[in-house]
Amino acid sequence: MQPVIEGRGLTKAYGNLVAVDGIDFAVEPGESFGLLGPNGAGKSTTMRLIGGTLDRTGGTLQVAGLDPGQEGPRVRAHLGVVPQQDNLDEELRVAENLIMYGRYFGLSRSHLKPKAEELLDFVQLRDKSHAKVSSLSGGMKRRLTIARGLVNDPSILLLDEPTTGLDPQARHTLWDRLFRLKEVGTTLVVTTHFMDEAEQLCDRLIVIDRGTIMAQGSPRELIREHSTREVLELRFGSARNASVVDSLGDVARRLEVLPDRILLYAHDGEEALGEIHRRGLSPVTSLVRRSSLEDVFLRLTGRSLVD
Amino acid sequence: MTSAALTPEQSAARARRFGWWYFAESQLRAMRAYLGAMTLSAVLEPVLYLLAMGVGLGALVDAQSGPVDGVPYLEFVAPALLVASLVTSVGPEMTYPVMDGFKWHRLYYAPAATAVTPRQVAVGHFVAVMIRFCVQACTFYLVMLAFGAVRPGWSALMIPVGVLAAAAAGAPLQAFAATREDEGDAFVFVQRFVVMPMFLFSGTFFPLAAMPVYLQWIGWVSPVWHGSQLARLAAYGAEVPGWLVAVHVAMLLGLAVGGVWWARSVYDRRLGA
Repeated sequence: MQPVIEGRGLTKAYGNLVAVDGIDFAVEPGESFGLLGPNGAGKSTTMRLIGGTLDRTGGTLQVAGLDPGQEGPRVRAHLGVVPQQDNLDEELRVAENLIMYGRYFGLSRSHLKPKAEELLDFVQLRDKSHAKVSSLSGGMKRRLTIARGLVNDPSILLLDEPTTGLDPQARHTLWDRLFRLKEVGTTLVVTTHFMDEAEQLCDRLIVIDRGTIMAQGSPRELIREHSTREVLELRFGSARNASVVDSLGDVARRLEVLPDRILLYAHDGEEALGEIHRRGLSPVTSLVRRSSLEDVFLRLTGRSLVD
Repeated sequence: MTSAALTPEQSAARARRFGWWYFAESQLRAMRAYLGAMTLSAVLEPVLYLLAMGVGLGALVDAQSGPVDGVPYLEFVAPALLVASLVTSVGPEMTYPVMDGFKWHRLYYAPAATAVTPRQVAVGHFVAVMIRFCVQACTFYLVMLAFGAVRPGWSALMIPVGVLAAAAAGAPLQAFAATREDEGDAFVFVQRFVVMPMFLFSGTFFPLAAMPVYLQWIGWVSPVWHGSQLARLAAYGAEVPGWLVAVHVAMLLGLAVGGVWWARSVYDRRLGA
């Protein structure tokens, strides 16, 4: 199948600062594709290159068969964009925000009125149709922004940090709506620095840091390739963490010492914990969990995503 | 989901032609939130100006020195007040909302993520403000008629003249505001030290020739003077030589077109590729 988005050697530099450094990636139709990385990794820059609101300095890029650098408006007619910062018009009511945004795609009011109602239903804001935008909660504003991004029935939806700043319940509501979009075949491109979000939403992702791709694959492949099945997290107290490291070395396949805890990468976390106790070590707290993308990122970059 | 009424190609084609209007439409729609306050000020401002300057000061001037430019003071000052009132109102419309678009609520970034281009956003903002000013100019003109400050007929041409003068001041201001990353004191400075002197020294209250020569240049660079002279020509047939009419029109058109062109390129740089 022909990719809907394909970048080869994609580069964006601002003078000496290279924000995106020759990345290669392809997004298949109907796929949910993630860009995972810390703040400043080059994720949002890549999104702007895809939308043609920023010119690349090198490489090639095709979106829906068009070059966004040359055909920005034509490319954007295929896209729905959910920016990192909500930019809803607070002078307009909730439904009007959708209608006026739909006008930017040349859609008629007679088409947009029922469309707005349908989208408000979809994002569970129907009862807020005539409300002022300023009266909505953060989660509601995000959902409205997503509804706005869908007003032109885009084949590709770009979501830049969609759940940053939302409480857990609002995040789950939003993820649920995005799953439904995926079910109807919308291609999702999501940037995030939350590994749980990437795991929940993305079929495939690239781990990006300092403008380069560190790894790519499905969340499961990345974990299998770059981490162990389980992780044992131990806390001995910040003063003791470093001093017990020497006694732990051979318990796990790999070990990371963070300021507040020690991570032991093992196939069987419970067994590793039993071995710790047999050695007479008594951590203040211990937790066995499955490996996550956070562990992959730590392995690849030596840094935590929230550093 | 219902099917889209337009394909992406059709959307892009429509936006290419009408994108500027789609953004103007959204701006006008948003203005409805302030409709009450805008209507009140559009009616009250001419009433207050005409009462104070035309009727109050006019009685004194007519009694002391007789007609000005061949007509009673109210008739002399009223067309210029229409122009000056529009030009001084353009500042707040072309500064803080521009900052809002780029920085505070980042409203411009919404259309810029669609098939509409940054240049069309610039033009759309400008057009929306000018449409609002057309209504304001009509209201001012109707109040002038009510005051007997003007006779109906050709004098209605002062409406487009007033809007053109507002465009000549507003477009460069819009472009200037778009160059600012942060408001600082720049907008207050422009309003106090650029717009206000234009209002006071551009032959609004007295003929430009009555001022010392070294101050007359303010009138020559001011849309208020060029607009006022054209409005007086429309209102009572003030004597303006043909070449000077051409200069007035050229100045106003030049500033408006140049300002919009400048704004388009600044918006393009900030929002686009």
